[in-house]
Amino acid sequence: MADYKALDDLVVQVRRDILRQVHKVNSGHPGGSLGCTEYFVALYNELMERNENFTMDGIGEDLFFLSNGHISPVFYSVLARAGYFPVEELNTFRLLNSRLQGHPTTHEGLPGIRIASGSLGQGISVSIGAALAKKLNKDKHLIYTLCGDGELQEGQNWEAIMYAAGNNVDNLIVTIDLNGQQIDGSTNNVLPMGNLKAKFEAFGWDVMDIEKGNDLKSIVDGMKKAKEKTGNGKPICVLLHTVMGNGVDFMMYTHDWHGKAPNDEQLENALAQNPVTLGDY
Amino acid sequence: MKKYTDTGKKDTRSGFGDGLTELGKKNKNVVALCADLTGSLKMDEFKENHPERFFQIGIAEANMIGIAAGLTIGGKIPFTGTFANFSTGRVYDQIRQSVAYSGKNVKICASHAGLTLGEDGATHQILEDIGLMKMLPGMTVINTCDYNQTKAATIAIADYEGPVYLRFGRPKVANFTPADQNFQIGKAVQLQEGSDVTIIATGHLVWEALQAAETLNENGITADVINIHTIKPLDDEAILKSVKKTGYVVTAEEHNFLGGLGESVARLLSTKHPAPQEFIATQDTFGESGTPEQLMDKYGLNASAIVRAVEKVIARK
Repeated sequence: MADYKALDDLVVQVRRDILRQVHKVNSGHPGGSLGCTEYFVALYNELMERNENFTMDGIGEDLFFLSNGHISPVFYSVLARAGYFPVEELNTFRLLNSRLQGHPTTHEGLPGIRIASGSLGQGISVSIGAALAKKLNKDKHLIYTLCGDGELQEGQNWEAIMYAAGNNVDNLIVTIDLNGQQIDGSTNNVLPMGNLKAKFEAFGWDVMDIEKGNDLKSIVDGMKKAKEKTGNGKPICVLLHTVMGNGVDFMMYTHDWHGKAPNDEQLENALAQNPVTLGDY
Repeated sequence: MKKYTDTGKKDTRSGFGDGLTELGKKNKNVVALCADLTGSLKMDEFKENHPERFFQIGIAEANMIGIAAGLTIGGKIPFTGTFANFSTGRVYDQIRQSVAYSGKNVKICASHAGLTLGEDGATHQILEDIGLMKMLPGMTVINTCDYNQTKAATIAIADYEGPVYLRFGRPKVANFTPADQNFQIGKAVQLQEGSDVTIIATGHLVWEALQAAETLNENGITADVINIHTIKPLDDEAILKSVKKTGYVVTAEEHNFLGGLGESVARLLSTKHPAPQEFIATQDTFGESGTPEQLMDKYGLNASAIVRAVEKVIARK
């Protein structure tokens, strides 16, 4: 049984980390980061089997790939608080000479990152490659991937989605952050994607929903079910229904905070809604 | 003057296929990916020998590059195979982010480069790929000249850790480099010694450069002929040594003069040892349908064009 109090404390602390990172450099993407905080916390602290020391090849452990690299603030915070690098390094987010680039990269050697992402639509393909390597290596561990929903407008995803089902890549769980928002507005206004569940199913994936995508227990239970579905010949898609900007009232239910940092006053307000739990970096 | 003999025309893509077959037997981490052109890329034998290590991706090159990048994370050495056009321009951003910037050990192997693809025409005849690839930080760019060299290069790049673009072609061409050559990435091969001009060639133009040197020799002009199989990193030392001796340069490639070998040589010489240079290359144009020979003639990419360029550059005294 998961310690939900501890996980929840971590969620609140990660929210603070996200807000403080983007505020300091007046740039970055808080909306999607806040929307996926519970998913990241559950994944790294309850779901993935991880080795203590980071190695690029990740043999003998589950691997995670972030396709929508712009939500780097949540990724960095969760990695740091899982021990991949010192939490103090969150102070360097987006600064010159930092390992915490605007979008995640292997280029500066930050532990926990296995591929650069930021230019959208490439994560599922990379994940398939990693999943195929696991099979060749007779490594039973899984590949977890997170994609934005707007990101599915990139055509390469559908090449990858077709390939994974056609080739029984069944050690792969792709989660779609279904927040319905993208930079220019709601996904339905920018480019309607129709019934994503039906689309993934038509391509041959095993698809499930996690309706409460910002509820830790729903995520843990749902992702465990997804894990049980692996190894049965089909790749798994989890449609994670999230709220962009979750946990900060004025950032929720809007695309306005996709790529905008809070000012001093807004930061104070947002942090007051999320009091310190584990301690700020 | 050294004599080079064509031991029988062979296509460079078969050199790739045979090299890959050999690699498959000796290195179990080598995997191959193809985007519906297995026969054209001569990857059939690898596929037959190692079905578990061969991935038919379908007509989806962007996905192929991404999957290749992912395979490296589990310690594999992926060789992707498709036409040069679909290996580069079509998937530039995938290569840029998932391979080059991510520093992944992917070997992008590209056949049917340049005009000698022939009748399919300009949609398939890429003349910009060397430029595209050499601009990517950390990317090694190789363009081999014949069957033997392509086979040797294919085997050699598996032992090199890092992204590589290996460019070769479609038609059967003279096979004249040694079957047992030691292929060294980044190391130019001096084919002829002369004193009047340096001819620096890559790919299919290397054989043409040798033919040109023979003609020039008959006219009393002796040429250094340098085979640059690795355009990046460029063998600065070999080029400078030769040009300091001869004072004149002709570069020759089956590529646009913008972005190609000639431009790399010009950049080097302009900073280290300025010298008159002529460019045998396409002149900022697309190709068209025709036989390889007709096209190379029409676009001035053959021995007689090299001879004319040498005469022109020497006249710039």
